[in-house]
Amino acid sequence: MIELSDVHKSFGKVEVLKGITASVEKGEVVCIVGPSGSGKSTILRCINGLESYDRGEISVEGLRVNRDAPSIVAIRTQVSMVFQRFNLFPHRTALENVVEGPLYVKQEPRAQALERGRALLAQVGLAEKADAHPPQLSGGQQQRVAIARALAMQPKAILFDEPTSALDPELVGDVLSVMRKLADDGMTMVVVTHEMGFARDVADRVLFIDGGVIVEQGPAKTVLNQPQHPRTQDFLRRVLHPL
Amino acid sequence: MQSFWRDTVEFFPILLNGVALTIIVTIGSLLLSTVLGLLWALMRVSGIGVLSGVSASLINVIRGIPIIVLLFYLYFVMPDLGVTLSALQAAILGLGIAYSAYQAENFRAGIEAIDRGQIEAAQSIGMGWWLTMRRVVLPQAVRIALPPYGNVMIMMLKDSSQASTITVAELALQGKLIASSTFKNTSVFTLVALMYLTMSIPLILLVRHFEKRAGKR
Repeated sequence: MIELSDVHKSFGKVEVLKGITASVEKGEVVCIVGPSGSGKSTILRCINGLESYDRGEISVEGLRVNRDAPSIVAIRTQVSMVFQRFNLFPHRTALENVVEGPLYVKQEPRAQALERGRALLAQVGLAEKADAHPPQLSGGQQQRVAIARALAMQPKAILFDEPTSALDPELVGDVLSVMRKLADDGMTMVVVTHEMGFARDVADRVLFIDGGVIVEQGPAKTVLNQPQHPRTQDFLRRVLHPL
Repeated sequence: MQSFWRDTVEFFPILLNGVALTIIVTIGSLLLSTVLGLLWALMRVSGIGVLSGVSASLINVIRGIPIIVLLFYLYFVMPDLGVTLSALQAAILGLGIAYSAYQAENFRAGIEAIDRGQIEAAQSIGMGWWLTMRRVVLPQAVRIALPPYGNVMIMMLKDSSQASTITVAELALQGKLIASSTFKNTSVFTLVALMYLTMSIPLILLVRHFEKRAGKR
């Protein structure tokens, strides 16, 4: 449902994506791993039009992604995004954050949106925090509200941009288990992550990216357990055995 | 001292008429400057080159002209161009335009203080520019802009006295008229000063309240 073909993107003179071709099927969980600055996040940000791309083509369900065209709204309501730093709206409660899109973008009836919003908060284990404002929540709780906010759009896919990188280590598990449940329920997910355990256990496929190109890709266990390319081997050795 | 109380009893009712006009001019130009300032600020951050360019130059032109000259222009020059304004209209329009430049810069600072991630989150759930502004950016920007907005209110209350230069009989001009016909300068201008102060104090307290609230977050 998400197709990238020969996508190039430069920031000024620095080319961060040098011809990315990949696809994500419906119901698939794809993890993107690789060193910092390799272009992982940029790929996600291009898919839902937070960044433009210079060459190539990205499409979602056959609809070309062009951040300057009105069709971008349709794409964004189908492909939600979860950010590294949560980006919850601090002036609204957890529940208001969740129903903001359904109410104001999709114009759903209020009662229906609120009911589903509460159900989603319950699904991420935060039913009792509906009326809390984001600053009163821990990082892990904020990220779970952000996941509920993404789900509230009833998206066909969710993009996760390093969802646990800004969390205290003891809070990572709560967020990952919510994501694992989503994957089990058949949600299409693209996850940029440094959590190799999560990638190995949950992902269908792993893309290893370095220097703006896909160095290696394949089934998660194959890429992570028997990496073929020396750069993948080197990266995984550093991540798994840092000392 | 006794004569001051006698003068107070005598002049206070006349000065109150001036107070009424002072309040009308202040509130009128405050509303106008808020609307115009918000418009300039939104044009400025719209990301559309022409709009932000127009807004930037407009702000600079307005900032570069003294309020008193702007008032003279509206009241004395506009009739030559076929637009006749009453003194009160010209005063509200002039002060409103003059202060819109400061309001615009204040609002823009508030808008630009909002984290980029907020805008991206709004976009990622499909919000367009205006919805992002209305639901996400402006509600947060207003909280940041409130303390300086309160200060603008105080400055406007005092600068409304410049309307006296185009014959609006607000508090300062009423005082001057009484003083020049009775020669009781001390009583009259002490009274005028106290009346401005009395109107300012609630505003000063309001600003302090805004600042405390902003500091809490």
